Amino acid sequence: MIAQVILYILIVFVGTGGELFVSRAMKTIGEVTDFRPSSIARVVGRAMMVPAMWTGIAMMAVAFFALLAMLSLAKVSFVFPSTALRFAVAAFGGRIFLHEKVTPQRWFGVLVICVGLLLVFFSKG
Amino acid sequence: MKPQEGLHVKTFVLILIIISLAPLGNTFLGKGMKLLPPITDWAPANLFHFFFRAMTSGTIWIGIGLLFSYFIAYLLVLSWADYSFVQPATSASYVVIALLAHFMLHEEIAPGRWAGIALICLGVFAVGQTQPRTPEQQL
Repeated sequence: MIAQVILYILIVFVGTGGELFVSRAMKTIGEVTDFRPSSIARVVGRAMMVPAMWTGIAMMAVAFFALLAMLSLAKVSFVFPSTALRFAVAAFGGRIFLHEKVTPQRWFGVLVICVGLLLVFFSKG
Repeated sequence: MKPQEGLHVKTFVLILIIISLAPLGNTFLGKGMKLLPPITDWAPANLFHFFFRAMTSGTIWIGIGLLFSYFIAYLLVLSWADYSFVQPATSASYVVIALLAHFMLHEEIAPGRWAGIALICLGVFAVGQTQPRTPEQQL
């Protein structure tokens, strides 16, 4: 049980933290307008020059291995809904660390998603 | 097509790709991990051995390939859309993964869990009605 809680924390907090770093790195690259494979490869190459990208990737790698371990212990249909907390973490993280404006409607959507995922979490099966 | 409409179209096309690839990749990961015995010993050496075995599974690598493609699509959409928009919008992938778990992995899903999934859809719809990018003057 303790192991599962630790894995859960790694998936939710470290995973979401990693995504926030990746998001910050991509914002420094600027909007992608050309979707040809060579252009996408150049964008990925430029993204890899940003230190925040590597911090994000390292954190997401930790979350990935935690996810693998969790998947060996529980059902797929349980593991993913149980990480619902990341939506609230994402909204708060986007607001606080990336200074994104989160509109009331978006907060409402996040709230409904979280209620739904909590229901999923507490249902049997 | 107005620039804002174009932004919406490419945002939703990429989100559609994301909510397809991520669940499929994770389903393959789940399938691959179920082929291994569950972790019972959390000593570092055993963990290393466990993950090494996982990395020799073809099913796991299919999952990783799908998740890598998802990650590229995710990076592209994050180059213009707010993280707090992208993250909840891609929660539709939870619905897709429940369907894949049920039909591909034959997992039983309780009615309460399906009800939760319906609420997730409602939340995703609410989030989808908001602007994908924060207007400059509001910063």
